[in-house]
Order: sequence, then C-alpha cells, then structure tokens
Amino acid sequence: MRKQCFVVALAVVSVWVLLAPMPAAGQGRTSWGDPDLQGVWDYRTLTPLERPRDLAGKEVFTEEEAAEFLTENLAEIEGRDDAVPGDIVGNYNQFWFDRGTTLVSTRRTSRIVDPPDGRLPALTPEAERRGASPEALRVSRANRGVVPPESWEDMDPGDRCIQHGKAGPPLNTGGYNNNVQLFQAPGYVAILNEQNADVRVVSLDGRPHLGSGIRQWMGDSRGRWDGEVLVVETTNFNGKHDMAGKPDMLSSSAQLSLVERFTRTDTGTLLYEYTVTDPATWTTPWTAQLTMNLSPDNLFEFACHEGNYSMAVRLAGARASEKEAAAGNAVTSGAK
Amino acid sequence: MEAVMRSRVRMMIAALVVAAGVSAVVTLSVTRAAGQAARSARTADGKPDFSGIWQAANEANWDLEAHEARAGMVTQQGVYPYDYARVPAAPVLALGAAGGVPGSLGVVEGDGQIPYTPEAAVIKQENAENWIDRDPELKCYLPGIPRAMYMPYPFQIFQSTNKIQMAFEFSDAARVIHLDEVEPPPTYSYMGHSVGRWDGDALVVDVTDFNGKNWFDRAGNFHSDALHIEERFTLMTPDVIWYEVAIEDPKTFTQPWKIAMPLYRRMEPNMQLLDYRCTDFVEEFLYGNLRKDQLVRHWEGETIVIDITRKLPPGNELYDWYRK
Repeated sequence: MRKQCFVVALAVVSVWVLLAPMPAAGQGRTSWGDPDLQGVWDYRTLTPLERPRDLAGKEVFTEEEAAEFLTENLAEIEGRDDAVPGDIVGNYNQFWFDRGTTLVSTRRTSRIVDPPDGRLPALTPEAERRGASPEALRVSRANRGVVPPESWEDMDPGDRCIQHGKAGPPLNTGGYNNNVQLFQAPGYVAILNEQNADVRVVSLDGRPHLGSGIRQWMGDSRGRWDGEVLVVETTNFNGKHDMAGKPDMLSSSAQLSLVERFTRTDTGTLLYEYTVTDPATWTTPWTAQLTMNLSPDNLFEFACHEGNYSMAVRLAGARASEKEAAAGNAVTSGAK
Repeated sequence: MEAVMRSRVRMMIAALVVAAGVSAVVTLSVTRAAGQAARSARTADGKPDFSGIWQAANEANWDLEAHEARAGMVTQQGVYPYDYARVPAAPVLALGAAGGVPGSLGVVEGDGQIPYTPEAAVIKQENAENWIDRDPELKCYLPGIPRAMYMPYPFQIFQSTNKIQMAFEFSDAARVIHLDEVEPPPTYSYMGHSVGRWDGDALVVDVTDFNGKNWFDRAGNFHSDALHIEERFTLMTPDVIWYEVAIEDPKTFTQPWKIAMPLYRRMEPNMQLLDYRCTDFVEEFLYGNLRKDQLVRHWEGETIVIDITRKLPPGNELYDWYRK
C-alpha cells in the first residue's frame, strides 16, 4: 500500500522544472583547491534498493535486459488510472510522483551491492523485538491507515515533517523530491535536500564527533578527502530517524554508524556509496550505491511543517469517526 | 557570636565566588585567543570571507523598535489601568523573571519607529495582543528573512564562488544566495528568493518573492507579501559583520526604512550547529486538541485554558540558610 502523505502543496514544485543555466562547475576544483562536487544532483531512479527475487543471481543487467525492465516498469506506472481514487483517503495520484524513468548508470539490478545477493541482511533479534513492540506496531498501523491515529505521536517522522527518509542520511529515493544540492566552503560541505529542506553540515577539519550525550535526527557528520572522494562518517543518531529500507521503527538505532562516499566520476555524474553498520539492527553491515546526475534545476523551498494540513485533517477525521461511532452506538442502544 | 561566624562564612563564600569569576575570565580570554588564530579575512577568490557560524547578540527578535523592559512576554492589565502598570499574563506568569522582555535601544534607523500605514498599525497592535496565537516563531515555522538573521540561535554561512548557503539552527531553515545567473522562482516562499552581488567589499543581497506569512519579531511587527528587502553585509573585523537591511513594502509601510546591527562570530573552537528542529516541540501546542486522550485537561474547543500550578519560592535549603 502506498504511503499516504498529502502533506505539502509545495512538493509539486519538484516537478516544476526551472530551466536555470547549467552550473559552471566543471570536474575541477574549488578556488581553495578541494575537489568540486557542487551543484544540484538528481537521484531519481527505478533501480530498487533490494534486488527483486526473480532477478536472483543477476547482478548487472545487459543493455537489452535493462531496456526491458524499464519498459515493463514504466508501462506499469503509466497504466495506473489517475481517475481512480487512491486506496486510502488522502493518497496521492500519479500526478504527484516523480520517481524518474531510468536505472542507475551502472545498470545494477539493485542499489545494494553488499551482501552480494543484493538484499538487506537479516535483522537482529533486538530489531525484531523493537519492531514488534506495541509502540512500533501502533505507529506502523496508524501510518498504514489500519487504525486511526490517537495523536500526532502515532505519526512517523516524515509525516510529522521532522526528518524524512529521503534525506536520511543515507540519501534514499522516494516518490518525489529525489534531489540534493551540495555546497562547499573551506573546511565544510553542506548537503541540502529539497525534501523538508534538511541541511546536513559536514566539517572537514578533523574535529572529533560530538560526545555520546548529544543525539541528533540526522546524526553528526565528519568528512575528509580520500583523493578525489569525499568520505563522510556519521554517528550520534537518536535512533528515531527514518531510514528508508524497512518500515517504521525497524530501520535504525542509536548505534547506527554510517560511512558515505561521494565521487564525481565525470562532470555530470556523482557516484554515491554508503555502508550502514548498526549492530542493534542488522546482523551484518550492508552497502548500497546510487548514481546521481547533475541537474540544471534549482531546489525550491519545501515548507513541510508549515503546510502539514494532513496532520490536523487526519487527527480530526479520526476523532470525528469516533464520535460518529459513539453516536451510532447510542442510537442502537436507544432502539433497544 | 554565632552571627559573627555566619557573616565570616558569608564573606569567605563571596571571596571564593569572586576568585572563581576571575579565573573564568582568564580561561575564557585564553580560549578566545586560540579560536581567533589564523583567520583570514578574505577568500581564495579575494572576496571578504563571511564563512563561519554567526549570531546576533541583541534584543531585535523581541522587538525591532526601541522599548523599555516589559514584565512578561504577554501582559495583562493589573489593578491600575495604566500601560506602565501591566502585569504578566497567566500563560507566562509561572516563568517569573525568565519570562520578561529585555529593553532595547532598538535597531530601526532614524527615529527608531517603523512607518506603518494607519491600517497596518492597528494590525501590529492586535498582533502584539495575540502574540501566542499569531507569532509564527511559536509554531516553529520557517522564520523568513531578515528575522532568521537575528533570532537567538546561531546560523552558518558557507561561502563559495557562485552560491552562498546559509543554514539556520532554528527550525532547520536554509537559504541560498545566488551570485550567478538564476531564473526567478516558480512561486512565493517563507524564506524568499535571494540574489547577491558584490559591491566592492560589501555583499549586497536582493530578497523578493516572500509569501507574507512571516513576522519581524515577537512584538507583532509584520509585513505583507509585497516585502522587498536589500541586505548589505560588511566585515567590521574578521569576526564581526555589520548587517544592514533596507525594507520596503508599500502595502504595510508609508515609506522604506532600515535596520542595522552587528552579527558576531561564535568563537568557540568546537562550535557547530546542533538540532533545533522544533517541529516536534510544538506538536502538542498545534495538534493537542485533536488527541483521543487529552494530555491538557482544559481544552475548550481549540483554546487551551491555562491553569498555573507553582510553589511559592524558595523551597531551597541554601537560600533558607542564607536568609537567616
């Protein structure tokens, strides 16, 4: 079931293409000598995170297989009827989606490259317990529309406009706003996702991580240059952040430690690789790759919280349904 | 005899406090000197270097205009019907001296007053009286420009050749200043559309396309979607920016006006922005009335009825002992 969001009218602007001049940044260096990764990077892709079961054993598509996979997927997407309401109230129709029409340029069949089967490793027993906790189940059910939300606490961080799985970290794809802008200054890289306008500051000056007493939604990032490659290590997560890959509270813990590598493989392409190590969640570390394309577009403000009408509407709807049910019961018992 | 002993103990404590204060000052100045070392005032491009973490140290976010200290963030009429005799209102009463508003010389140039049209002046007054319900800051909304620049939270500037990015701790807000050619934005926004240029050693930024939902401060000073500002950043020293803003909005003001203030570099060697996403801090405030089981027991429709429970001071052993 697709996730209901209905959050922000502004989300649509990711579809509104601004034809700005192509960024002048070449494959060169910044004026202070760092490799230049700046620009807006588009990471829309139809390549799934996990390798589909029917592609077991196939690591990379041939060109023909890639074309066939795309044709099938695009036909399936275009075949959906926008006139038919979504499966739950408030769901988006196809107009809202902007998932891209291509595969990653490596033609890999999954974004996960390790484990070699292209699938997420097994969850630890602790993660299974976490996922089966009453709190996790309630959030999961409320977000899937199975039970009415009792309060804002039943919503996930994305729907609450606190932090979105697309911005992660790690960066992950979703239905729309699959883009990120990199800024650089001496000693720093800033990573700005259009989704929720999340900015992640990466300091490059070798300072230690924050003490373990400070935990943040997007962790605490430190970077360094490994030749032409920007390596970013992120720790100090709060264990509540939404990391796409598994639903709800399963996906990460405060023990998450993330290593990302950004490589400009040519002027228009950025290879993004990341390794997730979280012994409280995954039985082994796992690594994924995503290729990004330099985009001529500008990012636009994503005022998620300011436009979060869905929060009030869903809660008000749940309360109205309860009232109606109570009134119905009263009428029924009155008739008896 | 006992009284004399007590007074001696008090003097000794006072001496210790003074000594501790002096050593703190010494330590602080040493740290600052280290933090300041080797800071170039210019970038590799030869431009003034605004990169770093900055913060205003003034009362502008309370009220841009010159004002005396006030008893509370919200006040109400006391027994005496005079403005100077207003008392803290119920929602902030329990905050005591932490809930007052510090006075300020103001940051508005000229006579220190904002030139509202008569209609806008009425709205400003209503805004002040309905601060809790109306100020977008309390809802953790994107603060807009210029307010984001002088809120009591740090912000970081990343200065590159073609773009300057600013990241604000409050509400995780962001703005991009385009120094290169850029198409106009598709629609209005909270943070506006910023286009910058160099005027000698000044960075001049033209900001337009606001949605008109922001305020300037906690005093109800506001603008419309016709707001157009021009900011001017100049380095007074490598660690202080002189920040000036020319403000025009013909729907709200009878004439253009200006604010100006210093922005100071945060000198702590390990300074970094931390989370103040605040969305999750305000959800009960915004959506609490829609809970199935209320946490606040006194919602009346969409209105919280405030009850204040507090102990009379001091309830503190050291204080009790000292008071004898």
